[in-house]
Amino acid sequence: MNEPITSDAAPPRLELQGITKQFPGVLANDRVTFAVKPGEIHALLGENGAGKSTLVKMIYGIMAPDSGAMRFDGEVMENTSPRAARRRGIGMVFQHFSLFEALSVLENIALGLDEKLSHQRLEARIREVLDQYGLTLDPHRIVSTLSVGERQRIEIVRALLLNPRLLIMDEPTSVLTPQEVEALFEVLRQLAAEGCSILYISHKLDEIKALCQTATILRGGQVVGECDPRQETKRSMAEKMIGAGLRDVDKDRNRSFGEPRLVVKGLSTRAEDEFGVAITDIGFTVRAGEFFGVAGVAGNGQNALVEALSGEVAGTSAEAIMLNGEPIGLLSPSARRRAGLCTVPEERNGHAAISDFTLSDNTVLTARDRMHLAGGGLLRPAAARDYAARVIGEFSVKALGPGAVAGALSGGNLQKFIMGREILQRPDVLVVSQPTWGVDAGAAAAIHRALVELAAAGSAVVLISQDLDELLALSDTLAVINLGRLSDPRPVSEFSIEEIGLLMGGVHGDPEATREMTEVLHAHQA
Amino acid sequence: MLIKLEKRPTPSRRMLYITPVLAVIVTMALGAIIFSLIGFDGLRAVREIFLTPLLNPLKWQDLAVKASPLIIIAVGLSIGYRGNVWNIGAEGQYVLGGLAATGVALWTHQMSGPWILPLMGLAGILGGMAWAVIPAFLRTRYKVNEILTTLMLTYVSVYLLNFLVFGPWKSPTSFGQPQTVRFSADQSLPDIIPGTIVHGGTLVAVVVAVLAWFVMSRTIFGYQVKTVGTAPAAARYGGFSGNRTIWLVLMTSAGLAGLAGMLEVSGPYGRMVPQFPVNYGFTAIIVAFLGRLHPIGIVFAGLVLSIVVVGGEVAQTTIGLPFPAVGIFQSMMLFFLLASDVLVRYRVRRVNTSPPAAPAPARTEAAPDAGAAS
Repeated sequence: MNEPITSDAAPPRLELQGITKQFPGVLANDRVTFAVKPGEIHALLGENGAGKSTLVKMIYGIMAPDSGAMRFDGEVMENTSPRAARRRGIGMVFQHFSLFEALSVLENIALGLDEKLSHQRLEARIREVLDQYGLTLDPHRIVSTLSVGERQRIEIVRALLLNPRLLIMDEPTSVLTPQEVEALFEVLRQLAAEGCSILYISHKLDEIKALCQTATILRGGQVVGECDPRQETKRSMAEKMIGAGLRDVDKDRNRSFGEPRLVVKGLSTRAEDEFGVAITDIGFTVRAGEFFGVAGVAGNGQNALVEALSGEVAGTSAEAIMLNGEPIGLLSPSARRRAGLCTVPEERNGHAAISDFTLSDNTVLTARDRMHLAGGGLLRPAAARDYAARVIGEFSVKALGPGAVAGALSGGNLQKFIMGREILQRPDVLVVSQPTWGVDAGAAAAIHRALVELAAAGSAVVLISQDLDELLALSDTLAVINLGRLSDPRPVSEFSIEEIGLLMGGVHGDPEATREMTEVLHAHQA
Repeated sequence: MLIKLEKRPTPSRRMLYITPVLAVIVTMALGAIIFSLIGFDGLRAVREIFLTPLLNPLKWQDLAVKASPLIIIAVGLSIGYRGNVWNIGAEGQYVLGGLAATGVALWTHQMSGPWILPLMGLAGILGGMAWAVIPAFLRTRYKVNEILTTLMLTYVSVYLLNFLVFGPWKSPTSFGQPQTVRFSADQSLPDIIPGTIVHGGTLVAVVVAVLAWFVMSRTIFGYQVKTVGTAPAAARYGGFSGNRTIWLVLMTSAGLAGLAGMLEVSGPYGRMVPQFPVNYGFTAIIVAFLGRLHPIGIVFAGLVLSIVVVGGEVAQTTIGLPFPAVGIFQSMMLFFLLASDVLVRYRVRRVNTSPPAAPAPARTEAAPDAGAAS
């Protein structure tokens, strides 16, 4: 596919050899080997959790690999730190910006620089860089008044001031409008033409096809392929990214389901603030024993959907949500729980659980009525302790006991506790969002098993996730949420790999891609 | 050699109890130094303020009388603070409670019966609550910060008090003095220890503290307040309405402040006078924090602060220490308490070298979350 790099006259700008990084319970990178040539725009492609971010954090010196070697222009990088990386000429633009809202653009850039320059000198340099790359940005504007795209420009200018020879962009377009994406690509192409290598991290196939000359594909921490994206189709790249094993997940597709447990019809919410995504006219039905999967890229209304179902966001019509034939759309979260609908929101700390409270006290939050942990306005501490102990026992939560503070548990253990707290209540309907997010493989398998058992016992499960493996392994029926709208639900076996690739490609905020996806979905139905 | 603060995995329980004591000790030490430097006998000042009221049995009744309103108000405030609702206008709610009770007293002046005092108590509670209705409404409806509204209403309450006692409520027999008529026996709190000035308010303070302890640790209401205060999103998820909680805790704290006002006006004062507001409502904020927002801790903290007030009066007569010195001691206590709170969440470590190499974006360094890598 591509010629061996070693035959080139110059050494590669960046060369990784057998990089391995182990976290407790997760092998984040497993003998990763690839090279980036000078002036090359190189994509690092992979789905969530494939190990992309860990890898670039090691390149940028934030973490050290457990084993393996990294070379920069042929020189071995060892005991590196972000400061040392910047001195070598490695710049990085993070997915999340670290900017002070109340300070000006100039002040923010000054704070991030290693060398100390006078403000006049710095402003002159900034204007030079802006001119050179045709960027517009007023150095004296206060950051809080800037758009997301403008904020990213600050980070880019900050990186460009170092005259980087390798620029790492971590999911740079997830927050940009299509116009801003195009402008960004122009800057990156110009940089590459000047000899700067770019390591571009993304899971958006369209962008990678448009921008990159080489792509290294990661899956489960390993390099599973290298290709020239311009020569590939989106389908072929998606297949590499997802892996062939995916379609082998075998589940009894001919199971019969019971009566409809949850019927949602015309469910809408208002956006809470300008950054929130509201849901519009959502409708679906989940039957007893059925897994209903909701796929979609982050920030497309998943949280709004969970909160509308749980009752945290007040509904406008009682009939919008029917539970076992009863309208519950106007009930409070507590009343919905009593009626048989339990939910698990995506965020563990401060939403699904209270870090400062003990596990025992955390059971009271959602199980006080169904498990009789309180009555007549009074708490029943002994009952809460017993229930917490039961959850800890049945879900193998590693904790000192019911008196342990939730914040002291690891993320995976807390997630197991939260899932256990809801599943042992035997709800008729369980809505879970990202149930295995940031959870190691063992805990994830345990959570999946418990969910399958719950459904087998006659409950309906709504599974909202960005993890396609999880969705395809568990769901009976699947729908896609995009910009707050839900596609028509279909049996999961009818989804083709092409559609999945498009879903992973991300269509958030991009009308073109939305239309394309809709066409594909309809073509399939026809 | 450097001193480094290291975050504890869980807040230290031991430090939670030690730091209030530490704050008092540091206050005494620094107070002695400051007052020595400005020409007083600093050591004697500290002894008179902190020890004389404890060592002299004649002062004990003063302590009980001063501590009672502080405890009642602070218990109410602590419930609000647990719920992240910052009522700092208890002084105004205390004044309104006193005024409402006075209104009932003036209205029933020609009557008699054991029902009058409970009615005054009820009026006091409702008066305090009424004063907090405005901040509660503005906060829940328009998200107006209750810190500002409750504080500002305190000043309004003082003008209302002055208007009433200089005007319509002025006693015809007071020879032009701005004060109401003296309350009758049925309108005054009985003394509970004969021969002293200790009145029924002390009993009420103890009952309020015990009741509050039970409510906060054993009822769903207490759980709700703590949940809303620590994790608002979790509270919504758990089915607790944030606005309802704001109303409930503001009404509770204001009602208790109003009750304290009623107890003061019908106890030690016996009539309404312009000198009625003596900063109990503000001092109670210090009491609430010194008592760790725990009802039983507040009983002790209320005693400590009343020692300072009573001792301040002693020092005024014995060594001529100006009374504002009491305010300095109180403020130092709160300051040192809040400052030493860092020890609850962090531990002090001495390190020999400085390993951190580069100030890269902190967020990414702090979160090597491999599973969430994207």
